[in-house]
Amino acid sequence: MKKPATQIVPVWRDFKDLQEWEALHQQRPEGDKHSALFEQVTEGIHNFPGGFVVTTAADAFFNWARKSSVWPVTFGLACCAIEMMATFASRFDVERLGMVPWASPRHSDLMIVSGTVNIKMAPMLKRIYDQMPDPKWAVSMGSCANSGGPFRHGYFVVKGVDRVIPVDVYVPGCPPPPESLLNGLLLLQDQIAHFRRTGRRAAPTPKVD
Amino acid sequence: MTADQAVTLIGERFPEAQVERGAPDRPGDPLVVSLRLDQWVPFAQVAKDALGCRFFAFSTAVDWKEQGLDVIARVDNLDDRVSVLMKTRLAAGASSCPSLAPVYRGADWMERECYDMFGIRFEGHPDLRRILLSDDWEGHPLLKSYAVDTPHPPYR
Repeated sequence: MKKPATQIVPVWRDFKDLQEWEALHQQRPEGDKHSALFEQVTEGIHNFPGGFVVTTAADAFFNWARKSSVWPVTFGLACCAIEMMATFASRFDVERLGMVPWASPRHSDLMIVSGTVNIKMAPMLKRIYDQMPDPKWAVSMGSCANSGGPFRHGYFVVKGVDRVIPVDVYVPGCPPPPESLLNGLLLLQDQIAHFRRTGRRAAPTPKVD
Repeated sequence: MTADQAVTLIGERFPEAQVERGAPDRPGDPLVVSLRLDQWVPFAQVAKDALGCRFFAFSTAVDWKEQGLDVIARVDNLDDRVSVLMKTRLAAGASSCPSLAPVYRGADWMERECYDMFGIRFEGHPDLRRILLSDDWEGHPLLKSYAVDTPHPPYR
């Protein structure tokens, strides 16, 4: 195996400890990529007297569009993928929420990490995540993706996928039933509804039934 | 070739080897042959040629800490249903063992895995490198001395 010649992303030896490493992966240092010109124009409109009506309405419209068409990339890793397939299939039918499982990361908004991520798989997962266009979201599905799960003390497993990519919604369970995942996806839609065009993400609000 | 004939033949050729038979009501159990390290490859050659064990089932190791490592291989005679489980003990702290790959082609990947997990260097192996873990992995995880919770680059 040939090692890559240049390291673009910071690697392990650049970090003091694990906490620093995890902090980097949760805080999204580059944010969600958008054009600086677009930001200038929208800020101008927003600060113009009465212009905030336009921008907030546009924000609400765009967020409505975003949350109504979250396309998850089909990325199954382990047994959780079976439950994810059940969620995509006719009984639970996420298509009524506007979700189409799509086979290309370049057309997708959401990555459902469904299963155990091991150390050999993590770079591929990161690469697929990097291929998705901004804004993008990630759902960590199941105990393994959340924390390593029953394999936490194994030598080969990544102890939580949030050490590799930033995660928006954690779905507990081993594996989570389709209802659980569906609830997680609804929470995610709620989160997307409060998305700001400036790249700031709203804190996840607890949903009260 | 029955199991009795195999035991006799092993007793003639390798008088120092300890042969352990399975329970009489369990004829499928393998003959467990404990060997000195220098008899490892000659015994494999005899098992292949004289005992007819042409199928290499697996190779693995056991870490007995300060008592050294056991290297284990199982070979089968699929026609006559005779199985031989051959064992040898490496000296404490030693990690070098002669390779069975020149005798059994099936031993190639098994010994690579054994090297990967236990760090046993098989002398005479044609291509001894890691097979399951990535090439830049540090340490051999199935050794008892391997600390599992050591931070390992980059995602531990």
